[in-house]
Amino acid sequence: MPALQQLEQAYAASKKDKAFLAELEMLQKTYIGRPTPLYFAQRLTAELGGAKVYLKREDLAHTGAHKINNAIGQALLAKKMGKKRLIAETGAGQHGVATATGAALTGLECEIYMGSDDVARQSLNVFRMKLLGAIVHEVTIGSKTLKDAINEGLRDWTTNVRTTHYVMGTVFGPHPFPVMVRDFQAVIGKEARKQIQAAEGKLPEYLIACVGGGSNAMGLFHAFIHDGVKMVGVEAGGRGIAPGDHAARFAGGSIGVLQGTKSYLLQDDDGNVLGTHSVSAGLDYAAVGPEHAFLRDSGRVQYAYATDDEALAAFEQLSRTEGIIPALESSHALAEAVKLAPKLSKDEIIVVNLSGRGDKDVQHVARIRGVEL
Amino acid sequence: MKSRIARKFQALRKEGKKAFIPYIMAGDPDIKRTGELVKVLEDCGADIIELGVPFSDPLADGPTIQAAAQRALGGGTTLHTVLEFVSTLRNSTQIPIILMTYYNPVFKYGDEKFIEDALSAGVDGIIVPDLPPDEAEGLIRLSRKKPFDTIFLLAPTSTEERMQKVCHASRGFIYYVSITGITGTALSLDPFIGSHMAQIRKISDTPIAVGFGISTPEEAATVAGIADGVIVGSAIVKRTNGPDEELRQYLLSLRAAIA
Ligand SMILES: Cc1ncc(COP(=O)(O)O)c(C=O)c1O
Repeated sequence: MPALQQLEQAYAASKKDKAFLAELEMLQKTYIGRPTPLYFAQRLTAELGGAKVYLKREDLAHTGAHKINNAIGQALLAKKMGKKRLIAETGAGQHGVATATGAALTGLECEIYMGSDDVARQSLNVFRMKLLGAIVHEVTIGSKTLKDAINEGLRDWTTNVRTTHYVMGTVFGPHPFPVMVRDFQAVIGKEARKQIQAAEGKLPEYLIACVGGGSNAMGLFHAFIHDGVKMVGVEAGGRGIAPGDHAARFAGGSIGVLQGTKSYLLQDDDGNVLGTHSVSAGLDYAAVGPEHAFLRDSGRVQYAYATDDEALAAFEQLSRTEGIIPALESSHALAEAVKLAPKLSKDEIIVVNLSGRGDKDVQHVARIRGVEL
Repeated sequence: MKSRIARKFQALRKEGKKAFIPYIMAGDPDIKRTGELVKVLEDCGADIIELGVPFSDPLADGPTIQAAAQRALGGGTTLHTVLEFVSTLRNSTQIPIILMTYYNPVFKYGDEKFIEDALSAGVDGIIVPDLPPDEAEGLIRLSRKKPFDTIFLLAPTSTEERMQKVCHASRGFIYYVSITGITGTALSLDPFIGSHMAQIRKISDTPIAVGFGISTPEEAATVAGIADGVIVGSAIVKRTNGPDEELRQYLLSLRAAIA
């Protein structure tokens, strides 16, 4: 608790600290490579035969996903707070890579927790983290995925709270994490708003983003919340909506409390957290950020899910039509666009958050498709 | 009306004694074994028993108790079965019993129904490490005029403001966590523990029990020297599935150290 209060105060102060904000902005530009492009996917649009599909290219951000926006922000904040060490959980490995990168950039020590199932399916990212100087701890207890990595990360933080900052990778966990992570990601939507207006002279009809914890979705949605733009968050439907086979918290969950957060949660009747499944490690998580729960209950955002098969098909379709290999997480958002675009007219616009690139998934997809590399 | 816990501390205080509070995981590996263990603990001089309710994501626990929780969950133990167990146990013992659980099982059960059922089962209090008093209004309000204690945690990093909050919200005793860390971590008593205790005692005369990381009789004796009660968890859980004779000897050595 004292650590959370300290963090809340430090974060509030940083928002008014001109030097801090200038440094963050400079790094966004020169290190992360912002603004990321908003790309009109012409051939995909033609193939779908409906609304125009634009892609917000977070896959082109340094380290290959939106996760860097948050990791750099928190690394700067930790440095300012006098912390010596960064720790983080990771599912797909993108947040682990981003945190290890932030640590290298600021000269802090770094240790990453990752479930052993995820270590196996995202081995490329494990090696990247090590190259960046981080220690990677494999978590072999529980579901061996993101949830258990967060548990271990929080246990470490409890133990080393005086020297260490916990870099939560998504809009989850106790306050102030959900708000702070959203704010660091909100740059995505701010840019996209300007870019679509410059390209089309209007706002889009739809925004679509995948929802693991929900940070890339909040990042895109936040700047449009007060406009009439429709928004769809896409969860992992896995093998279908049966207990243990998916990670669609809104479709199959109920309200619960986990890891310092009250939100929708996949749980059994006794309040124990259910196992999850998704082809994508970054969406394979039993709970969802609390602001998404609010947006869903207020009706402002619609939530859908895409199955493993739908996501894999979208993964292949974008690669083939546009020459862009998307992350499996982002492929869930694309799968929803594939369903929605044909139902809309040609002058309507969909912006899909392409939250990451798929290099990390290539080996995993090859394995699924039975291709030997 | 005072809870069994409060009455126990009152009696101990009168005799100038300190409380020995062992922790075991309910249902590890099954609930029948837990019944046997409660008897062993009582035979060996336990004053209060802390009964762990298994949860899928025990954030405050180290590997020993995590593994115990997984075994108990594997055997089908839930908050419901633990309440039934305590209710049966009350036919044979009146030893104060505290449940240590995480919040989600209670939330799912429903705060109000939980307090009601826990009370009628004969549970005396609850420790919820992932629920700070700020978020526990419901549980506190519902149990206030009843013999059911809400016990909150203080850590070596707690500020004066937090001490105030925890002291006001805690009944039965205040749980002082001896280390910054999780259960089962090696004990290295914070150098400020003495001054922290003094600070807490200025705010409240509720008894203080210290736990997390205590495993040897020497450590137990040291802690008993400064606190009103000593909680031993992981070190006992490590021995609950071994020979009872070893467990008994170990418990007796702790009991002797907590004078
Ligand atoms: C590329 C990518 N997209 C999306 C996610 C899901 O996280 P969030 O919902 O917080 O954006 C991840 C998480 O690992 C990711 O790597």
